[in-house]
Amino acid sequence: MSYQTPNTIEDALDLLAPGDATILAGGTDVYPSLTGRDLPANIVDISKLSDLRGITTGPDGLRIGGLTRWSDIRTAALPPAFAGLQHAAAQVGGIQIQNSGTIAGNLCNASPAADGVPPLLTLDASADLTSATGTRRLALPDFILGPRQTALAPGEVLTALHIPTPPPDAQAAFEKLGARTYLVISIAMVAALVRLDATGHIAEARIAVGACAPVAERLTALEHDLIGQNPATPDLAPHHFADLSPIGDPRGSAEYRSAAVIELCRRAIRTAGGAHG
Amino acid sequence: MDKPSDTVNLGFHLNGQTVTVDLPPGTRLSEALRQSLDTRDVKVGCDAGDCGACTVLVDGDPVCACLTPVAQVSGKHVETASGLTANDPVGRKLATSFHDHGAAQCGICIPGMIVSATALLRSDATPSDDAIADALGGVLCRCTGYRKIIRAVANAYEATDTQIDGAIGTPLRRLDGHPKVSGAETFGDDIAPPDTLDIRVIRSPHPRARFTLGDLDAYRAAHPGITAILTANDVPGQNTFGTIPGFVDQAVFAVSETRFRGEAIAAIIGPRTALTDAALDAFPVDWTPQDAATDIATALAPEAAQLHTDRHGNIMCRGFVACGDPDAALSQADITAHGTFTTSYVEHAYIEPEAGFARLNGDRVEIHACTQAPVMDQESVAAILGWPLDRVRIVPTAAGGGFGSKLDVSVQPILALATLKTGQPVRITYSRRESMQSTTKRHPAQMTAKIGATRDGKLKGMAFSGHFNTGAYSSWGPTVATRVPVHASGPYRFADYRAEAIGVFTNGPVSGAFRGFGVPQGAIAQECLFDQLAEQLDLDPLEFRIANALENNVKTVCGQTFTQGVGIKACFQALRPAWQKACAKAKEINAGPGPIRRGVGVAAGWYGCGNTSISNPSTIRAGIRPDGAVVLHQGAPDIGQGANTVITQIFAETLGVPAQDVTLIGPDTDVTPDAGKTSASRQTFVTGNAARLAAQTLRRHILERVNAEEDATLSLGDGHIRISGSSSDHTLALSDLPTENGYVFEAVETYDPPTAPLDENGQGAPYAQYGYAAHLAEIDVDITLGTVKVVGYTAAHDVGRAINPLLIEGQVQGGIAQGLGMALMEEYLPGRTENLHDYLIPTIGDIPPIDTIIIEEADEHGPYGAKGLGEHVLIPTAPAILNAITHATGARITTTPATPSRVLAAIKALKG
Repeated sequence: MSYQTPNTIEDALDLLAPGDATILAGGTDVYPSLTGRDLPANIVDISKLSDLRGITTGPDGLRIGGLTRWSDIRTAALPPAFAGLQHAAAQVGGIQIQNSGTIAGNLCNASPAADGVPPLLTLDASADLTSATGTRRLALPDFILGPRQTALAPGEVLTALHIPTPPPDAQAAFEKLGARTYLVISIAMVAALVRLDATGHIAEARIAVGACAPVAERLTALEHDLIGQNPATPDLAPHHFADLSPIGDPRGSAEYRSAAVIELCRRAIRTAGGAHG
Repeated sequence: MDKPSDTVNLGFHLNGQTVTVDLPPGTRLSEALRQSLDTRDVKVGCDAGDCGACTVLVDGDPVCACLTPVAQVSGKHVETASGLTANDPVGRKLATSFHDHGAAQCGICIPGMIVSATALLRSDATPSDDAIADALGGVLCRCTGYRKIIRAVANAYEATDTQIDGAIGTPLRRLDGHPKVSGAETFGDDIAPPDTLDIRVIRSPHPRARFTLGDLDAYRAAHPGITAILTANDVPGQNTFGTIPGFVDQAVFAVSETRFRGEAIAAIIGPRTALTDAALDAFPVDWTPQDAATDIATALAPEAAQLHTDRHGNIMCRGFVACGDPDAALSQADITAHGTFTTSYVEHAYIEPEAGFARLNGDRVEIHACTQAPVMDQESVAAILGWPLDRVRIVPTAAGGGFGSKLDVSVQPILALATLKTGQPVRITYSRRESMQSTTKRHPAQMTAKIGATRDGKLKGMAFSGHFNTGAYSSWGPTVATRVPVHASGPYRFADYRAEAIGVFTNGPVSGAFRGFGVPQGAIAQECLFDQLAEQLDLDPLEFRIANALENNVKTVCGQTFTQGVGIKACFQALRPAWQKACAKAKEINAGPGPIRRGVGVAAGWYGCGNTSISNPSTIRAGIRPDGAVVLHQGAPDIGQGANTVITQIFAETLGVPAQDVTLIGPDTDVTPDAGKTSASRQTFVTGNAARLAAQTLRRHILERVNAEEDATLSLGDGHIRISGSSSDHTLALSDLPTENGYVFEAVETYDPPTAPLDENGQGAPYAQYGYAAHLAEIDVDITLGTVKVVGYTAAHDVGRAINPLLIEGQVQGGIAQGLGMALMEEYLPGRTENLHDYLIPTIGDIPPIDTIIIEEADEHGPYGAKGLGEHVLIPTAPAILNAITHATGARITTTPATPSRVLAAIKALKG
């Protein structure tokens, strides 16, 4: 049984190097997963690595430290392209969870219903994975591989997310569907990032869907077809959603998810488009 | 080998004091605060961040203490409810405001609410209702329906902390309210000293299995930290418990076969540190899963395995009521409506998992645990131990919600056996999962019904048949089978009626008592079909109901005629203004574009107060001490509904003293006589009457002592009573008078409601009184997503006499919240929804403002005319919401909950 609380990233990476430790940050996934059982035997608590918390802007984009809390993201002053991410942040659990849970934890937990993933996909986020031997950067789709499955190698920490500077005139939205108002796991969700041209038509669209496939994914065919359309009346066809493979579970049937996601897309596009100007 | 984990020394600031603990650093902060620092105002409801009861402030930010390793608060400032409500100006205001508003019922969620609200008010002194909901959205409450909590936070700075004298009819604040808002209340897990031996139960992971235990001696040898093991062999008396004579069929520890997932087969006892996962996993048992019948259809199939050899065909029992000639009436009816309705397992989801503490005292056992039925617990434990009743003492702790499930024993037999086996004090607290797996649920029902009417809008015949899944054991299933046919007519005039309810054993969780005993399920069938009749007749649904409502001097379906007290028509009539306004608003909204359709639905309910056709007395004892204290031995468990306050108000009014001057004792089977169980909406009615009679007797003793007039006024002072009449004035020095049992004057009185048995057709007088309710729900359906949002609610309740309108509103709002959950989101699936994030109950954002209309159609048997209320509330809620969905969309929902998925499917089916 060991529980280590390193003060520096170097110490943390040394402790993680053997590859047998469980990383604990906000605790909002580690403890619930116990369902009454004991904590794993070997914990590295990285919560003291204060360099990993916070949002900074650099020349090539935004860096969100892995330990950044959802409440940090919710309350940060960010460009409009981040509105979807901020809406998602406000709907992760309740305020208690938002004050503890970290963005890296949300990604590393790799739930198909993770609220953070669709907006981050629309922001073309990539993850910095740091180990004792260095840092590698993976685009989000290359990082989240399946339900509860990521490319995080033993000994690695997700230290930051990198988000390339979005178009300054891009707007974003996030639609989450659940059966109650607060504390709800998504039945389905959609994030949209839209940039309009001078005539108010879509010049660029990035659409991502969560909880409708083993991992959240971008709808690239739809994104392509949306160009030139009026965001208030997007033309959505079944083939745009053909790559999704929603399951039926107590939250909703597969048929329901398939139908609902189209409507969520419509709303997210409309909101992201309508928010412009 | 069980090895305690490494500990470290950590310091932090707790409620302004510097504290240190020596603990494994990964210890949950909630555990550290409760067990090492005796800060038990931090409540644990789920250990998963799903309920927010454990919310504390860390450096000012609300977090769940159950998700926070104690290592992470090293050097930080931690604030909890007890500290905030004692020392923080905002926290103190909030505590007073929660008390003033009746925002605390059971009180288990209140620390989390007050901590979260403190953080909000520190940054925003005048928050909007939406901001309050956002700030408190992470804390679940199962009792209040949240509305009073929102008002308490919004008006915190106007809190006055003034108490009134509490005359009947006045909104006296809860007499037991202070500890509920300060964090001082002690629930089942708050009693045991820190080092008490703990217990973990070994449970079946299968719906049905045979099992054999391995070498327990070898297991003990390999796990020397374990103090003792319990199995069926350790049960000295009968290894069964239950609630209804003839249906006591559930094993304390199963012997060779388990019949539902979560059934107990054994328990290990030891210090907390010894009861590790490794120890649990190593427990020697071999499981052989068997084919299981987990639903009604499978259990009724001819080839189905039989759960109990003495219950042929897996039929537990039947209930039946018939009058007139329903088949002829239905064939003569001008129109009929019929349908099949299915409801799900519903979990009580109180925020307090079952917990308790027990110890031996001489040759007796004392059990401190959360319960709704102390004397039934005493009887069950005595039978299990094979002991006489007087060797078992039950001291109920505060119950963090009950709603019916804490009528059954859960932890009590295990605690008794464990303290007996070890000779040491023991404790147990169920995990959330264990609580959900092993304790009772609302019966899933499959019901078919047909109702007829004449062209002029008069009811003409009803036939109802329902199967109720009672799960693996009987629990309160027989009561459900009895109650459903008596109530399935609703509070309406039926001359020709037949209703049958059949309890079916399955390998599902045990279904027991849950607010309404099956009546809410039956109301769904009847009230939804009523809307179909009204539609066919082109009649206004409310007016159709008014025209057919039961009245005084009209026979019920059981052949009982009440000459007074039938208040359903008045409830419906009270809804008329809200109904007309809501319907007009819906028309206006639905004339516009967009995916949101407004619907308005109405439904009613009735509910007989007290046990059905059998004796169910309550006894109250009271006395005047030599020091002048008026003492009320109040044995009716107050599980948040307000019995401590209401029964005291009735007692005080009758005696002629202010309610606040009464000293409450109990409940405790050693000092309070049997006031029965807190169920069947009987405490205000039955125990209230016992309190009234006891007060009358006590008053008579006092007046007779000085030959005072009957209308003399009493005033009690330090060691004396002054008795002032129009022609005389006496002062009795109490210390000069002889005492008996410590009292100068004493009274013990019993009340038992007059009922008569039901014959083979269910004809008789099942209840001395019914209470009545009519609800109106306004909802918005998003027809493209199937989501339903309840946006407005009006509830009219005939309570006979409103002893305490503040507590009545609390019961109404809380019952509606549970009914809303049942209607829209709650479905317990064994193995799938055994936690509070997959099993959804309403949050603070799901309950609309609720307008409570109190109707007072006095009942001749009720104390001061009062009727019961607790269960009535939930009965009309689900059908009112379902009818509103139909009104909004045309789609009929016949399976609950009406999840977005089901609602959208019904809307699509309509379009073909």
